[in-house]
Amino acid sequence: MMRETLVPLASGTIFGAGLTIGGMTDPARVRGFLDLFGDWDPTLAFVMGGAVLVMALAWTMQRKMLRPFFGDGFALPDRSDITPRLIGGSALFGIGWAIAGLCPGPSFAALAIAPASAAIFVTAMLGGMLLVRLVEGQG
Amino acid sequence: MTLLDSSLPGFPDAAPLAGLAGGVLIGLAAALMLLGVGRIAGVSGIAARAFGLASGSQPRLGAWAFIIGLPLGALIVTSLTAASTPAFANPVTLAMAGVIVGVGTRIGSGCTSGHGVCGMSRLSQRSLVATATFMATGFATVAAMNALGIAVLP
Repeated sequence: MMRETLVPLASGTIFGAGLTIGGMTDPARVRGFLDLFGDWDPTLAFVMGGAVLVMALAWTMQRKMLRPFFGDGFALPDRSDITPRLIGGSALFGIGWAIAGLCPGPSFAALAIAPASAAIFVTAMLGGMLLVRLVEGQG
Repeated sequence: MTLLDSSLPGFPDAAPLAGLAGGVLIGLAAALMLLGVGRIAGVSGIAARAFGLASGSQPRLGAWAFIIGLPLGALIVTSLTAASTPAFANPVTLAMAGVIVGVGTRIGSGCTSGHGVCGMSRLSQRSLVATATFMATGFATVAAMNALGIAVLP
């Protein structure tokens, strides 16, 4: 139980530090990346590229492991179907992401940087998640 | 942080080395989650789990620990560096965008971390499609807002 808590805490902390160092807690940086047809700022591509490279190595390790280091087994998504929900939801997410220059990770990290602004976004985001749960029932 | 301040030719505002360094840390964090406890470091899913808005096998205490770590990591970095506080959109815009992000990430089963970092690196077809989709609508939204003269940041 201890490890099931300490590992996520360490992961979240490193994740939050990485987001901040990479400039992702600055909405102007994120919107600058999404301003592809204007004054484009490619920084986010370097963040994504660095993260994907490291994770690609992690996946090759994972395939050789029977179980995680501190857990009983892997709990990983195994779906491969492309559905209207996947595309519609992602399309919607991209719109919201672009409007304020915030996605879920940076919004939680920004609670330590601009608490009032980040709290409004996070509360509204959780409200949106609750809305989906209420409309769709307990999924 | 002088090296991390290096710029990219043609893009004076870009911070490629800081971006890469931050990205490597994010990748390590996601790798720790995967290889350590066997789970995807997808922030929207973990947040939904922490706040009781999604069912699943992940212990809620672990979900909370990950979510609390995010601002903790940001706090460590900002206390060690002398960066100025970035600008954020006004409350109404933040609330509107937040609701859309919350709804979209639940319906689309993930966000920039789950689909973008963890899924793309695994070459998950769903994540590749999801990432291409939210990038496309993100580009289109900023382009449309600029065309309409809507500025959200000072």
